[in-house]
Amino acid sequence: MKFKMKALGTLVKNIRSKNAGPYWVTIDVFCKNKKSFAEISNKLNIDLLSRAFKIKKNKIKTFQIHNLNVLKISFPRSLVQGHMEDRDMHGAQYSLILSEMNI
Amino acid sequence: MQNTKVLVPSGVLGLGFDNNAFENGLKLSPDIISIDGGSTDSGPFSLGTGTSKYSRSSIKSEWKTLMIGRAKLNIPLIIGSCGTCGTNNMVDWMEEITIEIATELNQKLKIAKLYCEISKKELKKKFKNKQIYQLDPPVLLNEDKIDRMAHIVALAGAEQIQNALKTDADIILAGRTTDTAIISALPLMKGANLGSSWHGAKVAECGALCSTDPTSGVVMIEFDKNGFIVFPTSKNAKCTPYTVSAHMLYENSDPFKLYEPGGYMDVSEATYKALDYKKVIVTGAKWFKDKNYFVKLEGAQISGYQTSSLILIRDKKYVNNIEKWTSKLKKFLCKEINKRMSLSLKDYNLQFRHIGKNATLGDLENKKNELTEVGVLCIVTANKHDISIEITKLINPFLLHYPLSDNEELPTFAFPFSPVHADRGALYEFSLNHKLKLKDPMSIFTIKLNEI
Repeated sequence: MKFKMKALGTLVKNIRSKNAGPYWVTIDVFCKNKKSFAEISNKLNIDLLSRAFKIKKNKIKTFQIHNLNVLKISFPRSLVQGHMEDRDMHGAQYSLILSEMNI
Repeated sequence: MQNTKVLVPSGVLGLGFDNNAFENGLKLSPDIISIDGGSTDSGPFSLGTGTSKYSRSSIKSEWKTLMIGRAKLNIPLIIGSCGTCGTNNMVDWMEEITIEIATELNQKLKIAKLYCEISKKELKKKFKNKQIYQLDPPVLLNEDKIDRMAHIVALAGAEQIQNALKTDADIILAGRTTDTAIISALPLMKGANLGSSWHGAKVAECGALCSTDPTSGVVMIEFDKNGFIVFPTSKNAKCTPYTVSAHMLYENSDPFKLYEPGGYMDVSEATYKALDYKKVIVTGAKWFKDKNYFVKLEGAQISGYQTSSLILIRDKKYVNNIEKWTSKLKKFLCKEINKRMSLSLKDYNLQFRHIGKNATLGDLENKKNELTEVGVLCIVTANKHDISIEITKLINPFLLHYPLSDNEELPTFAFPFSPVHADRGALYEFSLNHKLKLKDPMSIFTIKLNEI
């Protein structure tokens, strides 16, 4: 049987992103349960994240918070918050890149 | 020891909170009311200009409610990062508002002001003495750059706030502080658990965001020598182990560690338990003291002057070829700017953003939907104010009429405003991601008292 690709946003409780100080963005992926947490953590590997956010692999930090089934992804913003070419001061729209991604 | 109860009315003054929840909180006899007044969330403008992003009327009306509550119980009321950015003039601005309210309410007060701004001269001295250390990601620092900074603040921690508390002031108006220090200072002073004082402060720093009803605002947090208990004071809201532990992740790049002046806390072994239907008890956070005492620095400087124009395009041919149109237009404009003003692209920055297509995510956008219309946001940034406006005016007729191909009637697009351009004035940028080593935590901070 073939599995259909689904948007990540439909498979999790919530995905949010936020500036963490002027130089960092952090994304929290709240998974529904242990099993889906393990699967999603596996799928959202550094290679995929690096491509999706156009950030060098060695700049991306990921954290697994097991008691909450949360995967946290943090990376330095490519442009400091408020830079003349910055588009999103709070970085809150970055989460959509993951929630709309088919996995 | 007795426990220490801190009432946090909201994540920030100016955002609003549920007055009934605040009254409920007062009935529980808190030892202090602590509220944050700022953040860097909205960008560098506030620090660059030394202004508040919230309206004076919002600040005054909420601060009045807090001052009335404080006077009822005769406990201290503290605000950190006055006027969004915590510059010295914003501490004075908050004092002016406080005096106005005190006069209206006929209150007698002792006010302590904690000033956190550093002069360029002082910062250069620290830079020469190698007291300034880079944080990650590295940001260039040199003396020229320090000369260009508009305001520089150091983030005060628990030590500086404790010194303000020791003056027995009724109200403490603090310049830039860490979000947490205004909550942790008193429990730490009274001997509460080190790690848990910081952990509880982090959980409560956004008010009821750690509960099921974030808009209710108010949380109470009780610290003792083992840990802390947190709960919202609104009737309908509750804290659960999930809402409390999840808040530790919020706007933190590391979910387990939080750096503060003097050390860091580690919550990787913390445990969260429901005490009843709305209270959560938390233990197990650890505090690791640094060998040296560091405070984080923030600075902002002018990076140019900006003018923006917005045009609306509904014509299908142009909507479908919007990238092609703006890239052709940009080439043409650069030539015209060079011809008429003798400026090249290194003298200014010209951007077109396509609202409706990818203005939010830029080259990270991967959706390609059919568009009905596009807003073209044209942004000019130059190092001089008059040049930025002059370029924008030069561009204006072409934004209105520039054709996609040579052999067609001149199009006319929609301008929603007259004048079409908005002079955005100075553009600021953050210019420090550094920490400063101090022998004496108070050395760059000043406390002033005022009895009214």
